[in-house]
Amino acid sequence: MEKFDCIVVGAGPSGNAAAYTLAKAGLSVLQIERGEYPGSKNVQGAILYSDALERIIPEFRDEAPLERHIIEQRMWVLDDDSYIGTHYRSDAFNQKPYNRYTILRAQFDKWFSEKVAQQGVLVICETTVTDLIMDGKRVVGVRTDREQGEVFADIVILADGVNSLLAKKAGFHPELNPGDVALAVKEILFLPQESVESRFNVNEGEGVVIEMIGKITQGMMGTGFLYTNQESITIGVGCMLSDFKKERIPPYLLLERMKNHPAIKPLIQGGEMKEYTAHLIPEGGLRAMPQICGDGWMIVGDSGMFVNAVHREGSNLAMTTGRLAAETVIDLKRAGKDFTSANLASYRSRLDDSFVMKDLAKYRDMPGVFHANPQFFTTYPELLNNAARTMLTVDGGDKKSKEREILRSFTRSRTLPGLLSDAYKMWRALR
Amino acid sequence: MNVNVEEKLFQNRYKVDHGRPHISIVDPSVCASECRTQQCTRVCPASCYKAEGNGNVSLITDGCLECGSCRIICDDFRNVEWEYPRGGYGILFKFG
Repeated sequence: MEKFDCIVVGAGPSGNAAAYTLAKAGLSVLQIERGEYPGSKNVQGAILYSDALERIIPEFRDEAPLERHIIEQRMWVLDDDSYIGTHYRSDAFNQKPYNRYTILRAQFDKWFSEKVAQQGVLVICETTVTDLIMDGKRVVGVRTDREQGEVFADIVILADGVNSLLAKKAGFHPELNPGDVALAVKEILFLPQESVESRFNVNEGEGVVIEMIGKITQGMMGTGFLYTNQESITIGVGCMLSDFKKERIPPYLLLERMKNHPAIKPLIQGGEMKEYTAHLIPEGGLRAMPQICGDGWMIVGDSGMFVNAVHREGSNLAMTTGRLAAETVIDLKRAGKDFTSANLASYRSRLDDSFVMKDLAKYRDMPGVFHANPQFFTTYPELLNNAARTMLTVDGGDKKSKEREILRSFTRSRTLPGLLSDAYKMWRALR
Repeated sequence: MNVNVEEKLFQNRYKVDHGRPHISIVDPSVCASECRTQQCTRVCPASCYKAEGNGNVSLITDGCLECGSCRIICDDFRNVEWEYPRGGYGILFKFG
């Protein structure tokens, strides 16, 4: 019977961070991945935030497959045929070391996994973990779809992604609620490098991010995004699954309409679509977080709902939770302590001390507020865009009358108490 | 606007586990007679679920993107049996 110090299920950012950290400290680690190669089942926008990875592999910039470092962030609020927005661009983002990059996950995860294997982790691909093996209440190993596919370990780290079937089968947490996950679809469109650079006004290696809210989600709670890669553009849109269920809008139709928006279409014109993907993002926040550890097991990454939906951060929380879970295991092992639920609780306190829980706590009311107030995704984008058009159209009307008209449009659609209450709700949810 | 999702899926790489679909409808009669909304037929991003003229819902998983949406939105009936494909099978993202 083969037994390891630790089994890590999944080779995404959280699983790789955990496996790498554990093996570097000398523990014996088995990592099991269901894809043909690490990355082949993984989907992300994708933005890589340097800090989380730097704490694990400080020299990653010399080796990792990175697309472009981001020097400009655009936030667009869209109406049907217009947008109003803010752009922030700074040469400070052009100074090394760069703060964040666009990446292609299939390539990045493969690289990360090679680093994990170099640390001595036994990485087994094309193997699906079907069950956790229990001894009473304690997890003691995993069952896979290979012949004689049972393996054992002192601790099992579940880095199996948003669907997290294993934890559900074991009864650690119930099925996900459609209101706690967003369904995102995206396409990668290939263009000559010069086209990407001229369309976004950037030099070689520099990139732009556009985050969008408004009519593109057709009243559903969600956002759109457009990221520049080396020779391609990633474009996608995601909305809460509960809204998709209610509105019955096919996600690919939503994406196609977004691609045809007059402000977006010229940016992606002529792009050759080479992959269409879909993925769930756990956006329920702190209030939807499942139990994250128990006797012989821990949860990291998406499977633990570790996503900051407001700031579009996920992979950095994944890597950080993976690293902190590993450090918890390493410390317990060095102290000769057992991996009981009580001892593993120090994982939770490590998370509490990090940005992970602090950020999730800060925005814990956000999902609820947005669910209950769809006007933030429909009425306000429309009002803002109309206000800009009114003010910027020169038609012989005087500016004071235009201002009055704009103010009236706001009070007519939201009423004055409604506007004040919306402002208060946003302040409460964001503070 | 009409979108041909099959054309999009054609760009993807799959290793189909023939004869061993990883998702199944538990009781097709529930879809036909009890489920009024059949949201899976609209929300599945790969359009694996189709509303048939006779009220039935058909499922072909070959183009599945393994997102899990169909399982989670079937919360009124829990009529979707959803497993990961066998190791190595299913969607193989080139870019992810």
